[in-house]
Amino acid sequence: MNSRMIETGRGARVRVLEAGSGEPLVFMHGAGGLFPENPFLDQLARHYQVFAPEFPGFGESSGETLLEDMLDFTLHGWDVVHELGLTRPHLVGHSMGGMIAAEMAALVPNDVARLVLVASAGLWLPEHPIPDIFSFLPHEFAQYLFHDRSQGEAMLTGGLDLKNPEALKEFYIGNARRLSMAGKILFPVPNRRLSKRLYRLSAPTLLVWGKSDALIPPVYAEHFKAQIANAEIVEIEKAGHMLPYEQPEEFVRSVTTFLQ
Amino acid sequence: MKFTWFNLMPWPSLPDNFREEHHSVWVDIPNRLYDPNKGHFVYHEYMDQLEYADSLGYDGIGVNEHHQNGYGLMPSPNIIAAGLARRTSQAALAVIGNSLALYNPPLRVAEEFAMLDVISGGRLLAGFPVGTSMDTNYCYGQIPGLTRDKYAEAHELVMRAWHEDEPFAFDGKYNQLRYVNLWPKPIQKPHPPIYIPGGGSVETWDFCLDNDYNYSYLSFTGYLRGKKLLDGYWDRVAARGKDESPYRAAFAQTICVADTDQQAEEMYAEHVNYFYNRCLHVHGGFADAPGYRTIKTIKADVLNALSEEMQSLFPNLTWKELVDEGYIIAGSPATVRERMEDLIKSLRVGHIFCLIHIGNMPDWKTRYSTKLFAEQVMPHLRDMWPEWKDDNRWWCQPLDERLQPETGIEQARQDARMPL
Repeated sequence: MNSRMIETGRGARVRVLEAGSGEPLVFMHGAGGLFPENPFLDQLARHYQVFAPEFPGFGESSGETLLEDMLDFTLHGWDVVHELGLTRPHLVGHSMGGMIAAEMAALVPNDVARLVLVASAGLWLPEHPIPDIFSFLPHEFAQYLFHDRSQGEAMLTGGLDLKNPEALKEFYIGNARRLSMAGKILFPVPNRRLSKRLYRLSAPTLLVWGKSDALIPPVYAEHFKAQIANAEIVEIEKAGHMLPYEQPEEFVRSVTTFLQ
Repeated sequence: MKFTWFNLMPWPSLPDNFREEHHSVWVDIPNRLYDPNKGHFVYHEYMDQLEYADSLGYDGIGVNEHHQNGYGLMPSPNIIAAGLARRTSQAALAVIGNSLALYNPPLRVAEEFAMLDVISGGRLLAGFPVGTSMDTNYCYGQIPGLTRDKYAEAHELVMRAWHEDEPFAFDGKYNQLRYVNLWPKPIQKPHPPIYIPGGGSVETWDFCLDNDYNYSYLSFTGYLRGKKLLDGYWDRVAARGKDESPYRAAFAQTICVADTDQQAEEMYAEHVNYFYNRCLHVHGGFADAPGYRTIKTIKADVLNALSEEMQSLFPNLTWKELVDEGYIIAGSPATVRERMEDLIKSLRVGHIFCLIHIGNMPDWKTRYSTKLFAEQVMPHLRDMWPEWKDDNRWWCQPLDERLQPETGIEQARQDARMPL
């Protein structure tokens, strides 16, 4: 994919990956950010003009102090869409990115073509508390994020060995930077009252979940569906919370089928 | 030199297998391990010890704030300090301190500290910690990446409340108050001396130097490890062109005194072991929420005392290693005096927070060690900074005429008498 830097009206400098042609599709990543390799984006780009902006504090994007609360993140999402010159894009948001995409759609419902929420954050069910990612040690992430823990570990660290102190430090600094930003909308409980606003969603919505999601379990998809006027659920086998990375073909098939 | 006797107030009955069986001593420690009936006696014992330290001539008696913590039973240090304010009359009350960002609104701190200062006759030392990540983020739910911003605003509000003589409106990001109007105001003008406990970020050093606050380094890893950090602080003091008064800095040190070095080990080793292996058993994932420290500070590689790496050292430390590596200063009065001189000179500190009650130490041993330190160590260390002996910028200025508890109690119990 190509990458370029854009600057939003607020002043955030954002790196955007882009590829493909067709209807515009904006993918918003989760609290872990984009990985060095994102095969599902390449596959989506065979059908759509795909844009994947990195939020401030993630990768090369900066302007962390400009975003402090949910409304800031939501407006930032629209700022990026406007800066890219897109009209009525599809919004696809994963985990934290799903929460932001849903907020964007609630704020300006008619400017979203279709909405895809992938293992989305944003709701809190007391009977199904979401594990506290902010208290995980580096080696504890994979078991909550992946169906296949050992493959997940390798993906998370980009091949780094966390037993190596330098590698661990790198991971630690990157993790602190990313989760510091994510914490502004996810800490201590990942609920900024999105449920009060879901009634405003009008775009057809797909809720796509990994069947073995141990972080935000599939029961959350049911609760999103119950609160969104026009929503359907697809569950993917042998996939955890990081389903776009774990089962890219199946994930892309579900998304493209829905968007067509 | 000023010596402040601290009690962290640990729960003394954590089970022997605590480290193996429990996730963390802090944040998610099961509260069924706490027995309030026993707690009744524990609080009184600990408060009695603080009063005992006052009677032995310690300059200050110290309390601090922790939450959901098996080694710190003071969610509200102000409650303890209020009790001490009524029953002591000499020692400074070192409340180190109140975590400003946790109070809603933080004006509460300005009010309660003013109350303590007034009740105690101007004996308050006011600490403003950001608060550990465990307390601030995990227990009290503050967003890590905004904690320092919120703290800075709270500090501004408290300071203005103490300084201003007229009601004012405060339009903050986290606090909006139409009428800020402090009643009561503190005795010490414009406010009690301020102590900032810190872990070693340049930002904190500059904050202390900008405002002429005391910088207090509180660690459990001792003075040999603390030196690197305080060297950094003093370099910063010099770079900023400030005077090098040792009273700009305080250091907390675990201290055990007995008649001989060997007796110190026999008497105190089990309690030191209890402290390092049960009280400091903190889940590494609670030690430093992402965003709590700035990336700059993390990159500066400041040692995080409760990191997994650091904690993994504790279980295997022998008494000799604890002593030789300066985690604790322990031994006969002569030994302790010598090590304390080394600490004071090498760190260049004018204030020592003495951690003499340790872990599950019984009352008699605590008093034994406390008394030996007061009588046989402290007097020899008094004049280590003769050129700064009149520097009272970081010490309280009590009223000359203030109520004494002895007479106060007598008067409180008198029956009504018609004035003649």
